[in-house]
Parts: sequence; structure tokens; C-alpha cells
Amino acid sequence: MHLPALHGDWPWITLALLGAFHGINPGMGWLFAVSLGLQEKKRSAVLRALPPIALGHAASIAAVALLVIAARYVLPVAAVKWVFAAGLCGFGAYKLLRTRHPRWVGMRVGFRDLTAWSFLMASAHGAGLMLVPVLLEIGKPAAAAPALSRQAMANMPANCPMLAHPASAAVHAVPGVWSSLGAVGLHTLSHLLVAGVVAIVVYEKLGLSLLRKTWFNLDGLWAAALIAAGVVAALA
Amino acid sequence: MALLTPDPTFYPSPRLAAQAPPEKLAYIVTLQPLGGAKHDALVVLDTDPLSPTYTQIVGRIESPHHGDEFHHFGWNACSSALCPYAPHPHVERRYLLIPGLRSSRIYIYDTKPDPRNPRLVKTITAEEIANKTGYSRPHTFHCGPDGIYVSALGDVHGDGPGGIFILDCETFNVLGRWEVDRGPQHLAYDFWWHLGYDTLISSEWGTPNMVENGVNPDLLLAGKYGHHVHLWDLRRRKHLQALDLGAEQQMVLELRPAHDPTKAYGFVGVVVSIKDLSASVWAWYREKNEWKIRKVIEIPAEPADVDLLPPALKPFGAVPPLVTDINLDLEDKFLYVSCWGTGELKQYDVTDPFAPKETGSVHLGGIVRRAAHPSTGPLNGGPQMVEVSRDGKRVYLTNSLYASWDQQFYPDGLDGWLAKLDVDPGGGLTPDPKFFRAFPDERPHQVRLEGGDASSDSYCFP
Repeated sequence: MHLPALHGDWPWITLALLGAFHGINPGMGWLFAVSLGLQEKKRSAVLRALPPIALGHAASIAAVALLVIAARYVLPVAAVKWVFAAGLCGFGAYKLLRTRHPRWVGMRVGFRDLTAWSFLMASAHGAGLMLVPVLLEIGKPAAAAPALSRQAMANMPANCPMLAHPASAAVHAVPGVWSSLGAVGLHTLSHLLVAGVVAIVVYEKLGLSLLRKTWFNLDGLWAAALIAAGVVAALA
Repeated sequence: MALLTPDPTFYPSPRLAAQAPPEKLAYIVTLQPLGGAKHDALVVLDTDPLSPTYTQIVGRIESPHHGDEFHHFGWNACSSALCPYAPHPHVERRYLLIPGLRSSRIYIYDTKPDPRNPRLVKTITAEEIANKTGYSRPHTFHCGPDGIYVSALGDVHGDGPGGIFILDCETFNVLGRWEVDRGPQHLAYDFWWHLGYDTLISSEWGTPNMVENGVNPDLLLAGKYGHHVHLWDLRRRKHLQALDLGAEQQMVLELRPAHDPTKAYGFVGVVVSIKDLSASVWAWYREKNEWKIRKVIEIPAEPADVDLLPPALKPFGAVPPLVTDINLDLEDKFLYVSCWGTGELKQYDVTDPFAPKETGSVHLGGIVRRAAHPSTGPLNGGPQMVEVSRDGKRVYLTNSLYASWDQQFYPDGLDGWLAKLDVDPGGGLTPDPKFFRAFPDERPHQVRLEGGDASSDSYCFP
């Protein structure tokens, strides 16, 4: 079946909102940026931490996007849909039952470490998987508006240069590759903007005591979002 | 079960933790003298001045086994759960992990349903620890950002090397040894870290065979007890540097790093120098990527009438201070140094860590002095483990060290006690005349305060 609402701008708005959802989560990077700023007593340290965090997040999302594309290469669309839907629901259920967090020991981190940390965090939380219904939708031929595809292409080199080569190999073979990469770019931009604004506001104005009251446990919500994404993927 | 908002006892920084409300309960582990038939216990004391049972024991649970020798215990989770690289702030500070230093068991008590009546929920056996780590005699716990770290004095035969192993912070399963490359480290005792510098520090006492029957005078005079501090790469689990305090400095025990994670210095107490029986406190610090250490406090031995000394000290005609514990308040301002031999707790202003100024002193007990509390007659034992409240206003003292050592230095028997001292914010210490608790049938070893204290939490934010 096709949900009527799945057409038009909704995938792009959803991608941006999911980016914001990931960006506002302390565990996806802004808290690390704040702590590095406090450790060095410099705002520039907060700002310096943001690009590698965004890059790691983008790489994790892109890995899932490539997986979706690869699956569409070898499997019928319906099978891809059901495989990812089952995967999402399973992963969401796992996150509900098991709240274990990835181990990463270290505060003295450079660009590479921060990128790897962000990749690990996003992957372990299934950040990219959450985008699968949208990726499936925009991966469909002619699903995305041409104007947005152009925007996606404009975003792509800045945000995920590492993907330019593998992507270009597949771009003519599977419709929607550029759209998928554009999706990664838009999501990442939204993640970066929200994480950056929160990091600076907390560092400059709000202070750390806010963590104690306002750090809501997103684990349940996150798991629910994964399951919801699975259901949407199945129905789409 | 995960919480919706962070555990209210977690604070991102030591500065914020110092604003925490006063503790209403204190948890105390007590041990039984060697040869006694009773079991060690976890005791709950009311510390709320508005409560009708203030200063009374309101809860107690005994170990199911005999002869554990309860020692330095700790919480399953603490403020380090807010650290940004492994954030999981919705875990709860609710389980107390207590090691049996002689039995090598670890008991896990749940304080949640009723904080006054902790329940035993799990026992980790000596066999499990031995099989998974090769270690025995668990000693100190620290709730790390990524798991529970435990130091152990030695191997299953009571020899070295001792080291650190890890427990899963949710299941309490033993995960294995922490060290990947221990370098020259052999002896173990305490450990802590500078989270902001990814650096772990460990200290040295002796192997189980060197300490379990009391201080061995031959080993002591030969300088065989620990006299090093080790620096480790916390991320890569590798030995970085050993700092030698000199073979005359015997038993380098309690480590207190600055709580502020941007500061790279801390203090370690030395029990005794075999040159002159003095005790000392040393400050380690980082300079151009190298760690260094220097003596910043020296406390001399006190001449004494030989007739009043235990056999082990008669040849020397003096009482050694025996610095067995130190503690640093959360503002990194006051350092407390307990002199278990002379029966004194000293307070130093360590705003400049390399030039401590003595700002307060209280005498209680002591091998010869036997100083009384305002509410008691003469006391034996002396200030031993010292715990400071998060706001830095109260200091709790217990008087028992280790059963065989208690016997050696206080051979007339050690009567357990716990006292509370009040801290003058400008410097100075006064015993609270209303807060003294005698433990006639058992020996209190260490205090942990409900919600955390100055040696239970570590912070990733300044």
C-alpha cells in the first residue's frame, strides 16, 4: 500500500526533524563538545569539536543509506522493505530490553577520535536505521522533487566527501542515489545546526546544572522511534 | 530500571556537587576481630539532625559468611555516568558493592526499596574472580564512566601481581583484567584517575602474603613494601610511568586526585618512613607530559615511654603517626590526613598543593595518647578512614584498619567508634559533642554517605 502523506516534501521535512532529534540528544555529541570547551576553557574548542562529530554521524547514516541502495540492487523492492522493517522492529525491541551503551574510554580526543566516537554512537543507537523509511521513499524513482535533489547534490560534497566515489559508481544504476546522499546531507546539516546551537547556548549561558533536570531519558523514545520507523517502512 | 531524568545524586562537576543537600544516612562497613565468631556487617546510621533517631543505628545486615574482612566499598554508579564519551545518566546509584578482603567475595547490596534496610542481591564468589581475572583480595571500587573498576591485592596464591579488574555496571558480571600492559607494576592497593587526562593512578601496599598476618618487620626494614605510584593510560590500559618515592617510604596507600578534571595533580599518603618513623603526604603533578612527585607534608614520630608501646614499637621508643588515609574535599581546598598511630586528624589548606598549610587538628585515641572525645573517656584506635561530606562541612571518622594490624598496634583490643567533626569554612575542625557512636562488638572500617561523598564520585566537567 501507499500512504498518501508519503509524497511531496514530507521525507525532507522528516529528515530535517530527525536530524534535529539526533542533534538535541546529549549522547549524540553536543555534550562532548561542551565538555571539551570546558576542559580547555575556550569556546573555540566547542566549535572545533562539532565538524568531526557531524562527520562521524553522517558516515553512520551514509553507511545505512548505502546498505539500502545495495539491497535494492539485489532484492525486489518489497523484499527490501520487509527486511528493513523487520530489522528496525527487532533493533528497537532490543534497545527497549537492553540499554547498554557502547564503551569508549577517553576525554583526550582529536579529530579522528571524535569522528570515530560519533560514528560508533550513531551506529550503536541505530541513528541511520531510523531513517530507513524515508530513504526507501526517496529512493523510489521520481519520489523526490527535482529541486530538492539539486539541493541534496549541493549539500553532498561538503558533508560526505568520502562517499563521492562509491556513490558516483552507483549513481546511474540505481535511481535515488543522489537523493539518498542528499538525505544524508540534509539530516547531517540539521544535526550539526541543532547540536551546535545547543552546545554554544549551554556553554555560554545555561551551564551544566541544566543537565541534572532536563536530560530526559530518550532511550525509550529512541527505541519507540526505531519500531515506529519499522512499521512505517512496512506500510510504505 | 532506568530513570526518566538523571539520578538526582549525580552532578556534572565537583563545584555543583558541593552544593548537594546534606546526607541523611551513612553506610558503614564493620569487621570482626580475627578469631571472632560473628559476621561482618553493613550498618546504616541516621545523620539527619531533624530525625528522632539522629546518630542512631537504624539498619543492619550481616554477611552470610564468616571471616570476610569487609573493606573499601563503593557505589555501582555515580556522577561519572554524566561523562560525555559514555553517557548513561539514567542508571541509579542504589547498589553498594562490598569486598571481603580476606574471603575475596564481593557482596552487592540494594539500598533502593528501603535505604535503611539494604538487601543482599548478589554475591560474586572468589572462584568467579579467580577464574576470570586471576586476582584475589578485592580492595577498592570506583564507578567509572564505562564500568565498575576494582583493585585486587594479589593472585589466588596470595602473591603478586595485584591489579585491577572490571565489573559490568548493570549485571555485575566479572568482565576480566583491566591491564593490557602492566610494565613494572607488581604491588597494588588503591587507584583513581584524572578523567580529563585519560590517566589512571595506582598505589602499592603489599601482596596478601605480605600483609595478612600483620606488618612483617623483616620485610619492612628491608624496604619491601610498596614505595611507588604508577601512572597508566586509562584508554589503552597501559603502564606509562612509575614514580619511586624511595625505598625508605613504606606503604604508599591512599590516592586523592584533584576533583576538578582540568587539574593534573593529586595527593598520596605514605604510612611510614623506615628512616625516622615519620609519615608523609606527596603531591604528584604533570609537567610537560611527564608526571612527577614530591613530598609536601612530613609528620614526625612522637617520642614515647617504652612501657606504653606495643611490642612492635618498643625498640624505637616512639609512636609513628601512621598515615593510613587521606581525603580531599570537593573544592580541592582542604586535605584531611589521619594519623592512626598518634591519634590525630589533621586538616591542611592545599589551595597551593605544593605548600599545604595546617589549619586544623583533632586528637582522638592514639597508641599512647588515648585522647578522649568530649562525650567519652579515653579511646583506643585512632582516626583511620576519613570521609568528607559533599558540601565539605562534615567529616566522619572510623577507627579500625585491618584486623591483624589492629591487633599489632592496639594489642589491648580495639573498641570500635565513629565520630563526626564539624569544619569551619575558613579552616579548623571541631568534634561534634553529640555525634559519637561506640561500636562495642565490632569495628567500623569505612563510611559512605547516602548520595555520595568526597571519595565516591568522579567528574568529567570542571
